[in-house]
Amino acid sequence: MIEDLPLRLSEDLEAAFPDVVGAYEGAVYSTALRMSGRPEDAADLAAEAFLRAYVALRAYPPARVGELQLRPWLLTIVLNLVRNEARAASRRPGQVPLADHHRPAPGETPDEGAQRHDGQARLGCLLGQLPEAQRTAVVLRHVVGLPYGELAQAMGCPEGTAKSHVARGLRRLRALIPEENR
Amino acid sequence: MSVLPTAAPEEDPLAAELAALSAPAPANFADQVIARWVEVDGPLGPLYVAFTDRGIASVCPVAWVDGADRFAESFRSRFGRPVRPAARPPAGLAAAVRSGRGTGLDYDLRAVGEFDRAVLAKTLEIPRGEVRPYSWIAREIGRPRAVRAAGSALGRNPVPILIPCHRVVRSDGATGNYGFGAERKVELLRTEQVDLDEELALGRRGIHYLASDTTGVYCYPSCAHARRITAAHRVELATPAAAAAGGYRPCRHCRPA
Repeated sequence: MIEDLPLRLSEDLEAAFPDVVGAYEGAVYSTALRMSGRPEDAADLAAEAFLRAYVALRAYPPARVGELQLRPWLLTIVLNLVRNEARAASRRPGQVPLADHHRPAPGETPDEGAQRHDGQARLGCLLGQLPEAQRTAVVLRHVVGLPYGELAQAMGCPEGTAKSHVARGLRRLRALIPEENR
Repeated sequence: MSVLPTAAPEEDPLAAELAALSAPAPANFADQVIARWVEVDGPLGPLYVAFTDRGIASVCPVAWVDGADRFAESFRSRFGRPVRPAARPPAGLAAAVRSGRGTGLDYDLRAVGEFDRAVLAKTLEIPRGEVRPYSWIAREIGRPRAVRAAGSALGRNPVPILIPCHRVVRSDGATGNYGFGAERKVELLRTEQVDLDEELALGRRGIHYLASDTTGVYCYPSCAHARRITAAHRVELATPAAAAAGGYRPCRHCRPA
């Protein structure tokens, strides 16, 4: 049962932690994949997020563990990792900065850039052209399927703000999709 | 799971397309997060071995730690990674422990710095039954002045026994320090048939190399080639300079210079 995971974690972290991985690996992995746009790094980012969570859980008093909202808490961790990794990658010479993976090549329109990919990869590429807050909101809401309450927690903002990030992100996304595909 | 509180997304093609972008984690994803531990038997007694999807990450002889729980807990706090019992040991582990050759195994040394990793990779090359001085490690990894640093790196070796840091000794013939206690290092080397008394006796007389006057090659005393030299042809040498002056060349196996 997912509902009693925080309680079980607070009672026996080692016994319950594998179930936390099992319950949320899809959400954490999908977030890493769609926020970074780098399939080759997504599993490493997701694994690192769970390891950060594990170290934090070991240090938290049991009462705090028992009250955690695990899913938005884990997603906040992976969002921070993806952001830091993008920042570090943009500082490393010789590497394509993370955000540029989503950008069209010189001389291409955004849509031509997106057309280089097909199907799902194409929409994933368009997501990369949203401002970070809107992309985060759209990914957590519509890819991961988070309710607005958890979305607001994961983003650390009021629920109304989270909703408007989603709405604006969707509007922008629709504008990026070419006519024939709408 | 959670029921979406607002607009039904399946009515919106874009929302449906976005939902299709969610992806399951790769198969065996949990193994990228959670390590496993096993107990394996070896000539030096049973070992606790912890490993990840990348390779062996931590080793401790059963006799040196107060139970599997203690081993698992020290692994968790040292590496910040959960660990649970494994159904079976990783491929090749049992054979490596039996033969004292850890070269064929994969190691997960992500928690270890670059210098330490170079030291450990070099140490892996020292065969069972032989020893090398700390200065040999430092020279072989291209950091000839980092002799003390090499010793510190070996003291932090997360995979003792398999990466045989006990086979690195002082150049004066004494065995030197060991992370788990100097007497355990002596015990391990004796089990591996290293002639420690001979090492010490030579060292006391300032002899650090043995040469053969038939082959014209000089070695560290514990080198398999040095041990084959018969008494009549054995030449004792103090320094590589003395060896060169005598017309001897360094052994290609133990590389004393």
